[in-house]
Amino acid sequence: MKVVKSLQLAIVALACICTTLSASAQDNTLLGAGSTFVNPLFTKIFSEYDAAYHVKVNYQAIGSGGGILQLTNKTVDFGGSDAPLNDEQAKKIGVPVLHIPMAAGAVVISYNLPGFTGKLKLDGKNLADIYLGKITNWNSPEIAAANKGVKLPDMPIVVIHRSDGSGTSFIFTDYLTKVNADWASKVGKASAVNWPAGLGGKGNAGVEGLVKQTPGAIGYVELAYAVQNKMPYADVKNKAGQFITPTLASTTLSSNVSTLPADAIVSLTNTDNPKGYPITSFTWALIYKEQKYGDRSADRAKTLLKLLWYNIHEGQKDCEPLNYAPLSKSALKIAEKILKSATYDGKAIL
Amino acid sequence: MENNKRLDLSYTQMKWDTAFKRILIFISGILLVLVVGILITLIIQSMPSIKALGIKYLWGKVWDPVSNIYGAYPFLIGTLLTSFTALIISIPFSIAIGIYLGEYNTKGWLSNLLKNTIELIAAVPSIIYGFWALFVLVPIIRTFETKIGVQPYGVGVFTSSIVLAVMIIPYAASLGTSLIRMVPSPLKEGAYALGATRFEVIRSVILPYTRSGLFAGILLSLGRALGETMAVTMLIGNTSAIADSFKNIFFGPGNTMASVIANEFAEADHTLYFSALIELGLVLFFVTVIINLIGKRIITKYTNN
Repeated sequence: MKVVKSLQLAIVALACICTTLSASAQDNTLLGAGSTFVNPLFTKIFSEYDAAYHVKVNYQAIGSGGGILQLTNKTVDFGGSDAPLNDEQAKKIGVPVLHIPMAAGAVVISYNLPGFTGKLKLDGKNLADIYLGKITNWNSPEIAAANKGVKLPDMPIVVIHRSDGSGTSFIFTDYLTKVNADWASKVGKASAVNWPAGLGGKGNAGVEGLVKQTPGAIGYVELAYAVQNKMPYADVKNKAGQFITPTLASTTLSSNVSTLPADAIVSLTNTDNPKGYPITSFTWALIYKEQKYGDRSADRAKTLLKLLWYNIHEGQKDCEPLNYAPLSKSALKIAEKILKSATYDGKAIL
Repeated sequence: MENNKRLDLSYTQMKWDTAFKRILIFISGILLVLVVGILITLIIQSMPSIKALGIKYLWGKVWDPVSNIYGAYPFLIGTLLTSFTALIISIPFSIAIGIYLGEYNTKGWLSNLLKNTIELIAAVPSIIYGFWALFVLVPIIRTFETKIGVQPYGVGVFTSSIVLAVMIIPYAASLGTSLIRMVPSPLKEGAYALGATRFEVIRSVILPYTRSGLFAGILLSLGRALGETMAVTMLIGNTSAIADSFKNIFFGPGNTMASVIANEFAEADHTLYFSALIELGLVLFFVTVIINLIGKRIITKYTNN
């Protein structure tokens, strides 16, 4: 009997929790899911927003692909993604989806060269050749050409890449595809590709571990991660021929170009800006252009739009302390326009 | 009166007995439904990939999500290679532990300490093994690789196998210990009475008596090794290219089915890719089933003899 009683109690308790949860989900909790890269920033902004406007946001960092899937299934209000929708994803959703840039991030090239204290310089084509397995030694003439006056050791290069599918890999391979024709035809860009050479590490931490431990290693990680973990990283030559040190400022500058398209669906890599770092990308929030779907209320749509408006304005001050690059002026202008284009039942919301 | 009451009681008892039996059947039934359900889900979800790639998925050597070419061969080899290498490394240890704790030192604090330590090995989360190996074992292996003249990656099939071996020892060892303790004393005493030494008793009485059980324990370890994901992912180097020489296959980086699924599942952004990953799970399912069936055959054969 005791067992039966406690079971009954448990069921009642569970039911209570369920009802409160679903009630709160319907009332004022906005739901989001996607990119893990943007998660620390979102967490900070959303907690401040909740303190100021009493709107709770539940963001689940399940990966960009997962976020897009959740948005497709209409189980979340917005998705977070480090890459725009691909053709198949866009076809599956079937209706226009707005890509609102939230911040920018950079991917940096880290290395482990024992005894080397200078600043390594790399150009994109050679970087791709290293990852293709064509350049195999640090003292090769191609790398030496970019590092005049510096002596690089005679040491085999150990290539390290991400083993898990990730936005970081997408940005990196997107860049290599643009600057090296061989890479474009043999490998291409994706969150996971068929790596022609090297070892895979799981996550930024896995790549960091391998780079730090393996003499002669080269690997790529997010800028924020490299800064926090004090990893050395290389200057990379941009389209204008300048070697640029990756910083938050040079990352922001990469999106400060006049050629940004109105829908913000753009790859920032290999930027035209002569002061911009070339391996960068926006991270986007994805929402449906037409906010009236299912049994969605106009209120909820408005709350969501206001939240995102806050993100690209007041929220931007949280970027730098957390090592995200804030939106550039031209990017902000476009983001505002995109948010204003969202509709509820055909009428503008903001 | 009293007689009647006893009858009543036994009637209730019988009712409970039937109910209990039904509950047991129901619960076992759920388990069966679960396994079959998983199999069906795997098959349905991997249909797009099976249709597009056919049977050559199994021996295709290229895994390229960009151009939608998927072949499971490198991962199949990686899974089998790491698991069996780990098994071979672990067998001497697990059997030795089983014999020591089951026959030589069955009571007392040392025996308890050892037994608990071994059980603790099984309880440690695999990511802890991964991190430990990445920061402690990998540098050691790298020095070793430099000495024997192979590319000193540090990570790779060999490193993963060593860590896997440590992780699977408890399964065979604790089963072995319990089985060896259960060998009937009259058998052992008979052998001693005939003048056998302790080693002879172990070799000709205990081991033959527990053979099928020990083998079952080893099979259990193998199952664990086949499915282990996290620690292996961190240590194997995650390369889908197949090495050119035996040395490189063994010491160089590789990949296993479980780690590919863990690595790529979250960001698999098109249908065929997603489905190819699920088909990888299906292949792993079948590999485990086949190895278990072979193991069962061997056990029955030994027991009959």
